[in-house]
Amino acid sequence: MYFAKEVLESSSKMRQRWEDEVKKLVSKWADQKPEAQWSTVSDLPIKRLYTPDDIKDMEFERDISYPGQYPYTRGNQVTGYRGKYWTFRMFSGMGDAATTNARWHMLLKEGQTGLSTAFDFPTLMGYDTDSPKARGECGKCGVAIDTLEDFLVLTKGVPLDKITTSMTINPPATALWAMYCAAAEIQGIPLSKIGGTIQNDMLKEFIAQKTLMCPPEPSVKLISDTVEFGTLHVPRWNTISISGYHIREAGSTAVQELAFTLRDGMEYVEDVLRRKKLDVDTFAPRLSFFFNSHIDFFEEICKMRAARRIWAKAMTERYKSKDERSWWMRFHTQTAGCSLTAQQPYNNVVRTATEALAAVLGGTQSLHTNSLDEVWCLPSDFAVQIALRTQQLIAEETGAANTIDPLAGSYFVEALTNEMEKQAWEYIHKIDDMGGMVAAIEKGFPQLEISDAAYKFQRQIDSAEKIMVGVNKYVSTEKESIPFLEIDDKIETEQIERLQAVRRKRDSKAAMKCLNDLKAACKKGENVMPYCIEAVKALCSVQEICDVYREVYGEYRDPGLY
Amino acid sequence: MVAKPGLDGHDRGARVLARCFRDAGYEVIYTGCHQTPEQIVSAVVQEDVDLLGLSCLSGAHRYLYPAVTKLLKDKGVDDVTVIGGGIIPEQDFQAMYDAGLKAIFVPGTTLETIVTWINTNVKPRA
Amino acid sequence: METTKKIKGGDIRAASRLIRNLEDRIPEAKTTIKHLFPFTGKAHVIGITGSPGAGKSTLTDGLIDCFRKKGKTVGVLAVDPTSPFTGGAILGDRIRMQRHAEDPGVFVRSLATRGALGGLAKAVGDAIHVMDVLGKDIIIVETVGTGQQEVDIINHSHTVLVVLVPGMGDEIQAIKAGILEIADVFVVNKADRDGSSKLSRELMAMLDMAPPSAFQGGWRPSIMRVENAFEPAGFGKALDDITTKIEEHYQHLVDKDLIGSRMRRKATVELNEAIRASILEPVLLKLLSSGQMEGLIEKVMKKEVDPYTVAEDIAKRYLEGCL
Repeated sequence: MYFAKEVLESSSKMRQRWEDEVKKLVSKWADQKPEAQWSTVSDLPIKRLYTPDDIKDMEFERDISYPGQYPYTRGNQVTGYRGKYWTFRMFSGMGDAATTNARWHMLLKEGQTGLSTAFDFPTLMGYDTDSPKARGECGKCGVAIDTLEDFLVLTKGVPLDKITTSMTINPPATALWAMYCAAAEIQGIPLSKIGGTIQNDMLKEFIAQKTLMCPPEPSVKLISDTVEFGTLHVPRWNTISISGYHIREAGSTAVQELAFTLRDGMEYVEDVLRRKKLDVDTFAPRLSFFFNSHIDFFEEICKMRAARRIWAKAMTERYKSKDERSWWMRFHTQTAGCSLTAQQPYNNVVRTATEALAAVLGGTQSLHTNSLDEVWCLPSDFAVQIALRTQQLIAEETGAANTIDPLAGSYFVEALTNEMEKQAWEYIHKIDDMGGMVAAIEKGFPQLEISDAAYKFQRQIDSAEKIMVGVNKYVSTEKESIPFLEIDDKIETEQIERLQAVRRKRDSKAAMKCLNDLKAACKKGENVMPYCIEAVKALCSVQEICDVYREVYGEYRDPGLY
Repeated sequence: MVAKPGLDGHDRGARVLARCFRDAGYEVIYTGCHQTPEQIVSAVVQEDVDLLGLSCLSGAHRYLYPAVTKLLKDKGVDDVTVIGGGIIPEQDFQAMYDAGLKAIFVPGTTLETIVTWINTNVKPRA
Repeated sequence: METTKKIKGGDIRAASRLIRNLEDRIPEAKTTIKHLFPFTGKAHVIGITGSPGAGKSTLTDGLIDCFRKKGKTVGVLAVDPTSPFTGGAILGDRIRMQRHAEDPGVFVRSLATRGALGGLAKAVGDAIHVMDVLGKDIIIVETVGTGQQEVDIINHSHTVLVVLVPGMGDEIQAIKAGILEIADVFVVNKADRDGSSKLSRELMAMLDMAPPSAFQGGWRPSIMRVENAFEPAGFGKALDDITTKIEEHYQHLVDKDLIGSRMRRKATVELNEAIRASILEPVLLKLLSSGQMEGLIEKVMKKEVDPYTVAEDIAKRYLEGCL
């Protein structure tokens, strides 16, 4: 029992009085919107008032507990942000490696504390800049990386033993991580000292982001390889960032984001256990997560608290993990790109700020804040600085970092956390019954849930049932014009020249041998990472490595469910 | 037809539009992501559509959209209306119009706006 | 005729335009199809039917591969249902075959049912003719897959594939009679799932119990299994086997001189349909445009007259030429 009996009795009486008065008033002056529309952006219904009744079945130790103690509702770190602020980690990449390197140094100078790499589409999809499929795409939404030479330019002047780097890369993750490891080696830094994250989460690609290459089975195998390699050789590296961000951006609800992400995590754990026969506690501490922070302030905070609880329960109950570091759901957050508007773009600063605050109150370990102009283009210097300052302001001025999990005990926040956890478990069990996440993906279940949710939301915006300021309410007829960053088209030509120069100068026989060795390793089921590292050192390109995977494992054909 | 040229896999908008078009009474074909301009134009010819909607969020529209319209022209397909959407900065609009696109719909456009535009500007052949 | 020449010459654009005009019931299209008719009858038409989600499109995509490897050209007509509420349709089969878009030997065309029942669109019969004259060796017709009255497919095809998936309510008892009887080849798709052996066994038992007369010319439908579509090697082999079986069936029809009976069935259906359209449509059009229809509906609604008497009267007047 969470409350003493007298408290509940007293509350009940007061509640009755309050409800009667509400009824009287509402019969004279109706609420502004019907009951159903007082809901979260994901359509979770919210009550007018939360009271002790709403959390009377909670148990303090079982459900809320303390920071750093099971079930970690209040956070993983005992010292909270007083020990260390969340990492200010701005996702960034643009044009060629030199341009991105400059932006990285600028952000570090302005006080960012971790790096995060955005690659362009050819790199994300495992194609070289001179591939016919890559035409027009070079450097447009991230940095173009073809070979180790580019990567060395990208990381020039960056002390890889002092700063951690996240890389948003999925099918070609082994190749890019190999480049990072090789770059560290060249800087004279042992692999045991480098820290960072590769996103490397293929399940969410099938569900949402769609940077696709090989079918699910071999994709998960490659991920297992990275987990094993990291466990053995790169202990400070997070080899997967199990992501919900993209699932949410594709249009899912908050509960779906929560459930599908954590169930993806469970799928990976099961795969590594089955395939690599490692003990769960040897690799689980290095699994990390990546959530969206969307516009509904409290829904996001509660989602993150529920996520920690769900993961802790899953690790202990399903996988019998013994090491508490495996029970911590550590996560990076990005504010929601899909919540930003093209209309009245300066409003986006406010959106990003509230979303960032929610992530902080939700206890994120690391945060990226979107720039105001990202609905139109890559962020300009001006816009990205405001985004970074948003985090710094929250950290230094608002007091949000003073105390751990400040909203704990709130009737509303605890009730909503419980509700989201409950609904997420329902989804998780449903996917269990389908035979797991890979089976569910093959049946199209998460994809269609997301499509349904996305369509419903758009209809709600169209009918103004849900409001987006500047879009369907408080619309200006005046157009606000902001400076846009342009990526010069000639970057593509220059990058192709660089790539061709590398191909000419490298030892082709050595490169070929590395690719053949990689192919043989794939066929034999060996861990590909050592072979990737050799290949990138021989200046094999991202596409050359990925073409080996395509050849051995086949290419995935999207079943096209929508 | 709703098509996604290039490597961009962000298809939330395209999928929402496909459903919206069905609800507006159109027969709609979604090609899926990762289409080359050649694949798109071939599909347009085979399906004999009235309208082609292009979606791209990777910034590669500057090359891809004109590549599609040029290919349509080369194949003598002159009776398909082409519209576009995605992440397209205003300074690129004129280039898109010059390439033959008849309208561009940026984020924040309502489905109703698009359907109204189509009902006003595209006459089905029947 | 210009269009006829173009289509005989392999002009996909002209063929596609014609199919569109046939769908839209443009009168000129009917004229063109008359010119094309004498040149039809060369293609091997394969019908694929089964519940939604059975994986027909993925199989079709694989079959295209197999036939292309054998040097055959392929046309595909993929039918999807028109929404009864909005009149619109998501034609969602093409997306699974888009990788063939640049292959000049493949022509994929999507069609909406536009209210027709039976799993096909009205224009399918004519569209098959167009693809036939265009020179496609193989024409694959993929039905809607509502699992109900899917039997129209048999009127247009030489070979019918029925695709079943374990665990989707495809148990034999659940399937309305008719679907199973039209199959020349059963495909148990996603056969790596639970229940696939049971499904295969039930199919076999059903075939065992059928009287020999049920097997046309002695062809007992085969039961083919396809496992995980995401495992390329196994999937490719399964599809090669199905393709071979399809070709065997066609050879069987030739050997037993059964092509004729299939053609006769098609001709019967086409003629009936054409006569019906020729008579019914102008009659309805006349009644609507002259305003008579409204009044008749009113009378029937108020029970002043029954619909049968009305119809007899209209028929009499039509035959006497005073409608």
